[in-house]
Amino acid sequence: MPENVYDVLVIGAGPAGLAAACRAAEVGGRVAVVDDNPRPGGQIWRAGAGKFAPGAVAWLATAERRKVGFIAGARVFAAPGAGRLALESFSRGEFEVSYRKLVLATGARERFLPFPGWTLPNVMGAGGLQALAKSGLPVASKKIAIAGSGPLLLAVAQYMHRHGADVQLIAEQAPRSALARFGFSLAMHPEKLIQAIGLRSSLLGIRYLTSCWPVAAEGGGRLESVALRRGSKTWNEPCDYLACSFGLAPNLELAALLGCRMAETGVAVDEYQLSSVPDVYCAGEITGIGGLELSLVEGEIAGLAATGRIETARRRFPARLSGRRFAAELERAFALRPELKLLARPDTLVCRCEDVALERIQSCRGWREAKLQTRCGMGPCQGRLCGPAIEFLQGWKVESVRPPVFPVAVGSLIKASE
Amino acid sequence: MAEMVTVSVNGRSITVEAGAMVSTAVALAGITAFRRSVTGEPRGPLCGMGICFECRVTIDGREHCRSCQIPCAEGMEVGTDA
Repeated sequence: MPENVYDVLVIGAGPAGLAAACRAAEVGGRVAVVDDNPRPGGQIWRAGAGKFAPGAVAWLATAERRKVGFIAGARVFAAPGAGRLALESFSRGEFEVSYRKLVLATGARERFLPFPGWTLPNVMGAGGLQALAKSGLPVASKKIAIAGSGPLLLAVAQYMHRHGADVQLIAEQAPRSALARFGFSLAMHPEKLIQAIGLRSSLLGIRYLTSCWPVAAEGGGRLESVALRRGSKTWNEPCDYLACSFGLAPNLELAALLGCRMAETGVAVDEYQLSSVPDVYCAGEITGIGGLELSLVEGEIAGLAATGRIETARRRFPARLSGRRFAAELERAFALRPELKLLARPDTLVCRCEDVALERIQSCRGWREAKLQTRCGMGPCQGRLCGPAIEFLQGWKVESVRPPVFPVAVGSLIKASE
Repeated sequence: MAEMVTVSVNGRSITVEAGAMVSTAVALAGITAFRRSVTGEPRGPLCGMGICFECRVTIDGREHCRSCQIPCAEGMEVGTDA
């Protein structure tokens, strides 16, 4: 078999992708995982200071033992034909791989909501700042404000606190009542409860303000403070970094490129994680945001089903159901409040690639017109950032995805089309 | 002792642990504005995971490299446009 042909190819080396690859490799075929990062683990298991999160270690060891290949630092940008993908990497340039079965586990990104000053340097994603810190950015004694929504804020606060940062506060937009209901439902998921308690106890001493959100980031050329609102009160918190995240948005671009049918919250899949496209399975956040445990079990089911082990896959269904229930509770608890739609002012930039302000987008009737008239979503990120924001602000869904799904060198495009 | 690598950021030598991303080296050089936007605004890293393109820099003459996903290599020459 040629070197670049795989029985099962997995895109994304986070929990879902690793679980899929480990399961698929049990039967001994040729299995590899592609990831655009230099190391596996995805975002949640991103390695810091050379060490992986405890949860990742076992899966990585299994992958190694089962001879799962790892194609690192490579990004899929086109699908030139059935069973073929074109990739580009910093070190290798353009190359192609072929597959019999494909598992997409492309994960999620943070959702950012525009507010005045959010484009200032040092206003970052919560996960974005954590990734930078894990890569060696010293955060000790830095003043960090964390704002937005969701359990990620707590995890990032804990990480920053442990690494000596001066975490000023966590501003959670959800009301306390919604979180209390969520806390109650945690009782039905013991492992989550332990996780939540573990997080809280190490966060003692950090202000956790519910029904609180950022209204402006301020500073000349770089961030100096953030204005926060809670009820009728608005005040300024000085900070070196503002870590923001308003939930997660699935990375659907590759699935869309391959023609997978979409459901309301992600790629539509059947009970075996199979998408509407033959031989293309989807697992993890791209089938709907659900967190670590659900990603793992969906990955396992996809890996088992892709290698024909239907009965074993079925035995994982109850775990998936439990994960989905938890995900639904999470979504309810951290639903974004409508007031956040008013944070962006008419002159606030929404598209950071092309510097398009909200008022110009609102003068259009939909995505297509906005693209044509303002170039919104037409820059290098191809709407990955402004897409989820505009969906929340305007209710517009991104309509079409065209190759290349990532900007690539012209030479790569030409090679891929040969 | 961790292995260290030295890169040049806008002509200044920056030493980081092997495996550190280029974005970290740029930040360690005291740079917060990695690039200028199309209307000239200073911009720095946002997503940290290769999605937003705000951390673009020039690496060894190659423009528009996402500094958050490329590990530092010995002798690398990194340039920011801000």
